[in-house]
Amino acid sequence: MAKQYETVIGLEVHVELATATKIFCGCSTKFGGAPNTHTCPVCTGMPGSLPVLNKQVVEYALALGLAANCQVNRTCKFDRKNYFYPDNPQNYQISQLYLPICYDGFLEIETAAGSKKIRIHEMHMEEDAGKLIHDEWEDCSLVDYNRSGVPLVEIVSEPDMRNAEEVIAYLEKLRMICQYLGVSDCKLQEGSMRADVNLSVREVGSEKFGTRTEMKNLNSFKAIARAIEGERERQIELLEEGKEVLQETRRWDDNKEYSYAMRSKEDAKDYRYFPDPDLPPVFISQEWIDRIEEQQPEMQEEKAARYEKEYGLSAYDASLITQSKHMADLFEETAKESKNPKKAANWFIGETFRLLKERGMDAEELQFTPKHLADLIAAVEKGEVNNQNAKKVFEKIFDEDVEPCAYIEANGLKTVEDTGMLETVVDKVLAENPKTVEEYHSGKTKVLGFLVGQVMKQMKGKANPASVNKMLLEKL
Amino acid sequence: MDLKDLSALNLARAIKRGEAGVKDAVKISLEQIKKADGTVHAFLETDEKKIYDRVKEVEAGIRSGKYTGPLAGVPVAVKDNICTAGRKTTCASRILENFVPTYDAEAVKKLEQAGMVIIGKTNMDEFAMGSTTETSAFGITRNPWNTNKVPGGSSGGSCAAVAAGEAFAALGSDTGGSIRQPSSYCGVTGMKPTYGTVSRYGLIAYASSLDQIGPVGKNVEDCAALLEVIAGYDPKDSTSVQRKDLNFTDALKKDLRGVKIGIPKEYLSEGLDEDVKKALVDAVQLMSQNGAIVEFFSLGLVDYVIPAYYIIASAEASSNLARFDGVKYGFRSKEFEGLHDMYKKTRAEGFGEEVKRRILLGSFVLSSGYYDAYYLKALKVKAMIKKAFDDAFVKYDMILAPAAPSTAPEVGSSLQDPLKMYLSDVYTAGVNLAGLPAISVPCGKDRNGMPIGLQFIGDCFQEKKILQASYAYEQIRGEFPMAYKKEGK
Amino acid sequence: MAKQIIDDAVMENVEILAKLALTEEEREKAKEKMQEMLDYVDKLNELDTEGIEPLAHTFSVGNVFREDVVTNNDDRDAMLANAPGCKEGQYQVPKTVQ
Repeated sequence: MAKQYETVIGLEVHVELATATKIFCGCSTKFGGAPNTHTCPVCTGMPGSLPVLNKQVVEYALALGLAANCQVNRTCKFDRKNYFYPDNPQNYQISQLYLPICYDGFLEIETAAGSKKIRIHEMHMEEDAGKLIHDEWEDCSLVDYNRSGVPLVEIVSEPDMRNAEEVIAYLEKLRMICQYLGVSDCKLQEGSMRADVNLSVREVGSEKFGTRTEMKNLNSFKAIARAIEGERERQIELLEEGKEVLQETRRWDDNKEYSYAMRSKEDAKDYRYFPDPDLPPVFISQEWIDRIEEQQPEMQEEKAARYEKEYGLSAYDASLITQSKHMADLFEETAKESKNPKKAANWFIGETFRLLKERGMDAEELQFTPKHLADLIAAVEKGEVNNQNAKKVFEKIFDEDVEPCAYIEANGLKTVEDTGMLETVVDKVLAENPKTVEEYHSGKTKVLGFLVGQVMKQMKGKANPASVNKMLLEKL
Repeated sequence: MDLKDLSALNLARAIKRGEAGVKDAVKISLEQIKKADGTVHAFLETDEKKIYDRVKEVEAGIRSGKYTGPLAGVPVAVKDNICTAGRKTTCASRILENFVPTYDAEAVKKLEQAGMVIIGKTNMDEFAMGSTTETSAFGITRNPWNTNKVPGGSSGGSCAAVAAGEAFAALGSDTGGSIRQPSSYCGVTGMKPTYGTVSRYGLIAYASSLDQIGPVGKNVEDCAALLEVIAGYDPKDSTSVQRKDLNFTDALKKDLRGVKIGIPKEYLSEGLDEDVKKALVDAVQLMSQNGAIVEFFSLGLVDYVIPAYYIIASAEASSNLARFDGVKYGFRSKEFEGLHDMYKKTRAEGFGEEVKRRILLGSFVLSSGYYDAYYLKALKVKAMIKKAFDDAFVKYDMILAPAAPSTAPEVGSSLQDPLKMYLSDVYTAGVNLAGLPAISVPCGKDRNGMPIGLQFIGDCFQEKKILQASYAYEQIRGEFPMAYKKEGK
Repeated sequence: MAKQIIDDAVMENVEILAKLALTEEEREKAKEKMQEMLDYVDKLNELDTEGIEPLAHTFSVGNVFREDVVTNNDDRDAMLANAPGCKEGQYQVPKTVQ
């Protein structure tokens, strides 16, 4: 029988913090400035410049650490990680090795197999590197230090995950926590959340870990899942052939679905960490921790529970809506505006999720105005637009954030309340479908639906289904 | 009376009283530079146009009341590892040959705010690594007392400039003795403040945990006044200390009564030149006669200062100097194949031998497998050394020591044996490891007429104590003319 | 601890870490000087440092922070003027990928 293998995965996740300025200087962290316009002597490594720590970075890191059930190092220090690369202007990165801000935490994840604790080894603050682009014309590279010094928190998990599903669940949980705390927007595509996957395989039942590799350049959950599968297969293949897995860093190419070793004689992996003499330690008092604890916003579980209680949503619906803080915010605003939380919830559970899926979008990308959805809900309630047309209107709100009443008006989607016209059509339908009428009278009341449908069709969808129903019953 | 012979404070007073113009003061310096610097080579840069533009500004500022400080109008020299916006700052290294900072060091800003005129940038050992100013990539500096001798280092240019009458005062930097030792060799007064007293922002780092900018002057009073100008909390330097009492000149009283002074016995053991020892003993006698209580005691750990210092300084240097890579500023090698080759050639061609030696040593002591044995061990010894000083300051107001084991050596005699050169920091480097303030004041000359410096070491933040004692000693000692006066005018 | 010998392998590794290309002659001299220096600093092993807390920062100050407020101005061109190579507002370096 073929050997059975188990995959062992640990993650190193970098999260870019949502501060206004960089970690060690007053430069803006805004995206999209012209190259090197968000730089100063500090973040370009000019000689004689010195770093000064942004307090907000510590506050965000603490908030995240506490939310992830971590212990806090009451004295934490910064260390220099020394390596040469052009995106790293000082040729050392200021990070934390010996005394990181947080350690020994965990996140609880839910998968089809149930819930599981993934332990967090440590969490530390560090600075991001600049951006390198490759100039094909001149066969050189160009460096932009706008991102250099943007604050990051790196969250290092224990090797507690066993498959891609757990990895994605862990990342989604981490992202949700960051978004709820407001410490990061965690966009994988934009690089504000980056995950390096440490993976090894071992025979099922073995106590010992196999040799692990570190996989970089994973820009989406799908890429992560593919990379895990690819790397697992590659390692098993090596073992089956009696070869050794080398401890190395590999770069995932998602187009080719293959990883490449990033090795060179010139990058000796010896970072020579030592305490940064330019930065005094950070002392974290119990009062400081207490204050952060008190300021922690309502997290997903609490919010969901409140939705159940306050809005009468089912546990399932409440959980679904609160998976994204952004969606929860939109929902809550809509509920308030419409004073109809249940209807509001239905629009999110139903149409919003359907459209997100159809458009391949993330909940974070939702950008309609809650008032618009509330107005649509009101219009439906008043019978000004029927459900079928309301869905069309919502799609417009979803895509273009249109003002629903004006849109209904302009596109002639308003329900016709002209009873004279309706009566004519009802009479016509009854006359055209004598068999059905007969069936109705013989007790097959279900056929009423068909007749309503026929009337609606001839009314080009503009009739109020309730009125159609009522008139048909009268006539029958 | 010749303006040239005035102290910086007296020059400023003369300017304030209208007896001299800022332009006159600057002219004296520039003329002296023309006369002496061909041989001494204390300066790497003097830009007459910039200087005279600044003179106009300062004159107007003094008239308008913008510059009212006690050193307004005084020409001052600045060591070339301290950044000056729009003016080349090279660290005497080929790798920074054409570097023009876009920012002023905080200390330079403060000089300007005090209405001083920066007369030029002074020569130094490359990246402040050396004890003779012979490792400069742009030629050596010679000692104005005897041009066959070195001025000491690494702030040799700053000290020689003051000794040669080319500047009325100067800024140096001190990592292991780089202000006090050349002050001693050049017969001028130089001070290293308590770590954190002067902002390091804009000081190109050698060893960040040890570096401090400090004043060099003709006497103690000038040093106190210049320190008052440059000291102060700076939010741009995280290691800057918020201190309340920075009125250093208030401490200058001619009074030694009851001052408890300790002299470490170990400092008088082998290796100390006989003439230096005699000068120290004479000075001690003079101070005792004037009411100081002097005792010999065992400080301990003296032999471990240099090993700990070199490990820590080299380790930090290896990281601090990593940024010089030919990417963002400075020199880039002309021929290379690919990125890493560019790094290696740029740095091999751009750095001098001593700098490379320390970068290699520093990279080694931090490397995997050696960190604990060397770097961490040195940090533990540093803690022990600091403790030894702390214990001493329980008993004594200050410690008295030679600034260097000998007077200035001959040009060309030191670099062949770096280890021996390193040992010349034995009385000074411990002060940096413990973060203490210390001042070197001339206390005599050796048999060849070369000056000898006496070092007063204080406890942390006790600048005033050592300023008072050294001022009192200086008053008792009497006039100690600058080198340029010995020509017998 | 046994005496540390600086051989060619150690030297080669240190050169890679320090990014310095030494000539044969320089390497031999550097080796000799580093050996001399390490033999000398071995003196520290005479001291018992058991239980001593390493002192990285001389003073026990801590919690030095800045507020999260944008303060930089755009000095790009003045800074770039120092660069040995630049193009379109960026620092130009040899190709970093193959």
